Amino acid sequence: MNTEQLLQRDSFIELNARSRASALLDAGSMRELIGPFDRVTSPWLALQGVVTQSDDGVVVAKGTCDGQPTVVLAIEGAFQGGSLGEVGGAKIAGALELAAQDNRDGVPTRAVILFETGGVRLQEANLGLAAIAEIHSAIVDLRRYQPVIGITAGTVGCFGGMSIAAALCSYLIVTREARLGLNGPAVIEQEAGIAEYDSRDKPFIWSFTGGEQRYRSGLVDAYVEDDAMQIRNMVCELFQRGMPEQNRSDMVQGFLARLIEVDASIQATPELIRTIYQKGFAS
Amino acid sequence: MEKIFYEYPAGSPAKARALTGVVGSGDLEVLLEPHTAGLTTIAVNTSVDGMGQVWAALLTRIFAMSSLPAAKIEINDFGATPGVVRMRIEQAFEELQFASTK
Amino acid sequence: MSAAMSSAMSSANKQSRGAVWFSRLTGEATPIAGYPASVLVADADLAGKRARYIAVVPDPDNRFPRARDGEVGLVEGWQLARAVQELMAADRGSKTKTPIVAVIDVTSQAYGRREEGFGIHQALAGAAGAYAEARLAGHPVIGLIVGKAMSGAFLAHGYQANRLIAIRDPEVMVHAMGKASAARITMRSVDALESLASTIPPMAYDIESYASLGLLWRCLQVAQPDAPSAADIDTVESSLHAALEDILADNSRDLTSRLGAEHRQASSKVRDMLRIQWRASQP
Repeated sequence: MNTEQLLQRDSFIELNARSRASALLDAGSMRELIGPFDRVTSPWLALQGVVTQSDDGVVVAKGTCDGQPTVVLAIEGAFQGGSLGEVGGAKIAGALELAAQDNRDGVPTRAVILFETGGVRLQEANLGLAAIAEIHSAIVDLRRYQPVIGITAGTVGCFGGMSIAAALCSYLIVTREARLGLNGPAVIEQEAGIAEYDSRDKPFIWSFTGGEQRYRSGLVDAYVEDDAMQIRNMVCELFQRGMPEQNRSDMVQGFLARLIEVDASIQATPELIRTIYQKGFAS
Repeated sequence: MEKIFYEYPAGSPAKARALTGVVGSGDLEVLLEPHTAGLTTIAVNTSVDGMGQVWAALLTRIFAMSSLPAAKIEINDFGATPGVVRMRIEQAFEELQFASTK
Repeated sequence: MSAAMSSAMSSANKQSRGAVWFSRLTGEATPIAGYPASVLVADADLAGKRARYIAVVPDPDNRFPRARDGEVGLVEGWQLARAVQELMAADRGSKTKTPIVAVIDVTSQAYGRREEGFGIHQALAGAAGAYAEARLAGHPVIGLIVGKAMSGAFLAHGYQANRLIAIRDPEVMVHAMGKASAARITMRSVDALESLASTIPPMAYDIESYASLGLLWRCLQVAQPDAPSAADIDTVESSLHAALEDILADNSRDLTSRLGAEHRQASSKVRDMLRIQWRASQP
C-alpha cells in the first residue's frame, strides 16, 4: 500500500467497540440497547475492587445494515482484555436470542459479532463460561435463519471460549493483525513448555494463528485490510450471499479426513497446515 | 480501588449526554449527564489509590473558574495520567456541543 | 462390583472416572467400533429405551502427543461431533429422538502447537455445534458430570445439554481454568486465588459453589464416586431418567432452565431489559 492509500484508509482497529458497531450500521440507524447510561455493570468486579465499565465491555447496537434489520454485538477489547463476564455475556447471548425470535416472528434480523476477546473473564469464571455456552447455543439457533457474521480485526484477537463461538459463525472476517486461536499463548507455554509454544515470539504466534494463516488454511472466509469501509462492504457482501450451504462447524467428515493426513509424530508448521487444509473440507 | 467525590459551581444545565473513553490500561471512561443549574458533581472511581490530591488539583483547574454547563459526571479510571484525564473530560464537553447542534 | 471391574481397577492403567461411569451406565456395552480409543460411544438403555452415551477418556497412545491424558483435542472434538451427527442422521425421519448422555470427565482442552495450528477451536465448535443442533432438533441431551468439566473441553462436551447433573465430590470440578494456570495468569499464589474464590461463588472451584449458580439441575450424593456401587448406579440412573422426563415435559429446547438463581440475577435482568428496549426500538 502506498502512502496515499494509507492516508485514505480509515483504520477499523483504532476504533473502540461503539465506533466499530456504528461503522457497520447504516448512518443514523443505530440504537444502543442497555447502553452506558443504563449502568448495568458487573456485580462481581465491584466485589473485588476492580473498576467497572458502564457497559461491561459489550455494546449492543441495533439498526439496519443495507436496509435490513441487524444487531451488532461489539466487544471492547480494551476493557479487561475483552474478557466476558456475566453481564457482557448476557448482552450478547440475549441479543442473539432476540434476533432468533425475531426470525420466528417473521422479522429477518441478522447479527454481526465483533470478537476482540481473550475469552472468559477469570474474575467471573463460571458465570463467564456459562454465558459463553449460551452464546454458542444462540449462534447455532440464529444461523438456521440468517447468516451470523463474526469479525476479528485486532489487536486483542479472539481466544478462549469465544474462539469456539467464532468458529460456529456462518462466516468469519479477519485482518492481518487479527489472531484466532483457542488457547492464549501464555497458557500454552505454561502447559506445554516454551519449546512447544514461545508466547513472546510474535512472528511465531501470528504464523500459526494470525489472520492471513487462518485465511490460507480455509478456517476463515474473508481476509481484508484494516479499513472500516472494506470491512463494512464485506459484511454486506456476505449477508447478500445468504446462509452457507454447510456451516464450517458441520464439516465433520472433511476435517476428520484432513486430520488423518496429518503426521502427528512431527511438529506442525504453517506450510504443512496450509498444504493439508487447502484441499478443503467438503465431505 | 478508590471512590472520590467532587463538586464545583457551574452554569446552566448541560443540554445532552456524552460518553468518552474506555476503562483500559492508562485510560478512563467519562459519563456526562445534565445536572440542575449551578452545580457540577464528579464521582471518580479509580483503580489507583492515594491520588486524591492529584485529582483535586486537576479537577479544580478544569472546573473551578470555568463556566462549563452543569453536569453530573462519572469517571471510571484505570490509571490514566492527568493529561489523559483532562483530554477525556474536554472531549466529553466537546461532544455536548456537537450533540446540541445536531 | 463385577469381576471385570475389580480386575480393571487393579491393573496398572486405572480407568478414568469417565471411563468407569460410562462402562457401568452402559451395562458394560461394547463401544461402537470405528471411534478412536479416546472417544467412547455406545447405545444402551435409559429408562427402558435406547440412548447414546458418549465419553472422552485418556488414551496414552493417542496419535497427538498433547492429547493423551483425557484432554479434548483435535480428533476428539470432531469425533464427538460425528457421534452426535450420526445419531441425528439415523433419527432424521423419526418423531422420537434418541436421548444423548454426555458422561463428562474432561480435565481440559489439549494445549499445543499442532492443536492451535490445525484449528482446535474449530474442532471444539464442531462438537458444541453438533450437541446444540441435536438439542434443537428435539434430542434430549443430558450432561452428567462425574469428574472434571473444564473450560473449552466442557463447552465442547456437555455444556449444550438440556439438563446438567453432577455428583457431589471434591474431585468434581467445573471451571474456566485450572488453579495453577489461573493463579499464574492473575499473578497470585494458588492459596490467594483459593481464598479469593471462596468469597466469590462464580470463581470458586468446588461443586457446591457451582451448584449455587443455578446451572445444575441436580447434584447427587454417591458413596463411591471412583468405583460406584450398585446403589450409586441406581441413584444416577434414576436421576437420568427423571431428567429425561423433565426434558420431554418441557416445551422449550433452549437453555432458559439455567436462569433464575440468585447468583445469576444480572443474567435475567439483562435479558428483560434487552427485550423491552428491543421492542421499543422496532421501527
